[in-house]
Amino acid sequence: MYPLVESVHVLTLCLFVGMSVLLDLRLLGLMLKRVPVAEVTERLVPWMIAGFIVMVVTGVLLFYAIPIRSYQNVFFRLKLITIVLAGINAWTFHSGVHRTVREWGTAAAPPRRAKLAGALSLVFWAVIVVSGRMIAYNWFDCELQPQRPIINWAAGCVVQGR
Amino acid sequence: MLPLFQSIEASTVGQLIKNSPWAFAVIESIHLLALSVIGGAVLVVDLRLLGLGLRRQSVAEIARDAYPVLVGSLIVMLVSGVGLFASESVKCYYSRPFWVKMTSLSLAMLFTFTIRRKVTLAEDTRLRPIWMKLVALVSLTLWFGVGAGGRWIGFSG
Repeated sequence: MYPLVESVHVLTLCLFVGMSVLLDLRLLGLMLKRVPVAEVTERLVPWMIAGFIVMVVTGVLLFYAIPIRSYQNVFFRLKLITIVLAGINAWTFHSGVHRTVREWGTAAAPPRRAKLAGALSLVFWAVIVVSGRMIAYNWFDCELQPQRPIINWAAGCVVQGR
Repeated sequence: MLPLFQSIEASTVGQLIKNSPWAFAVIESIHLLALSVIGGAVLVVDLRLLGLGLRRQSVAEIARDAYPVLVGSLIVMLVSGVGLFASESVKCYYSRPFWVKMTSLSLAMLFTFTIRRKVTLAEDTRLRPIWMKLVALVSLTLWFGVGAGGRWIGFSG
């Protein structure tokens, strides 16, 4: 069962992150330059939301399989923090510069704030994908002491005093 | 074919990646990032062929823009994929998912750069929508085989 959920989680990257990358590249003025930004958000965001729901559901299931190991995993923590940052970025974009998309959306190169949102989104999702993959590695697991103090702090390891 | 796979794994590159504690993880991450990108580049065109997504633009317009992204991410996929393969080619030789993936990959690339390319980049296609949809479904099926097979290499053996 785990491999199946894991596979769905990974392959939905294509839908969710894939579509996000297209939107981000459009915001950076690097592709789909002749397609109005409003058109891209209107037509592609529903697919992204569908992909995101699948990602969250499968992600929660994967977490439930190994909750403690995940919770005390530095990459898992990094991933969650970055997801929050990506969420804030998306929300800022949506409630900010995207409100006036009809005014600037037809230009090949969007305004700076939209470009910034696109660039940040690319960076955040790249970090999320990579840290998600790294959860599988046990380099920084709490069981494998001694770890550096900063790792123990970041992973919330309870280390027995000597 | 097994001796060939053995010599690939014994090669300098293969040994370097195999013996490094982090090289596989790094290359794997690059492979995954490129997967996300190629997924978007394939999906946006196939959805359009199915009459979904960016419907107000022509197929050719979307396909022209997606093409460099598709080729670029495919190159990254292939280079990083060869690196991953070199570090465990003997395991791959005995892995059924690996052969499923390679078969799907060959067919997917062949289809993408012949029939699909011709259909999507033509300014004025006289194809009926049903044929466009068929092209999209074949493309999606083949690339799904590549992705699913690839993920499954990691679960087997």
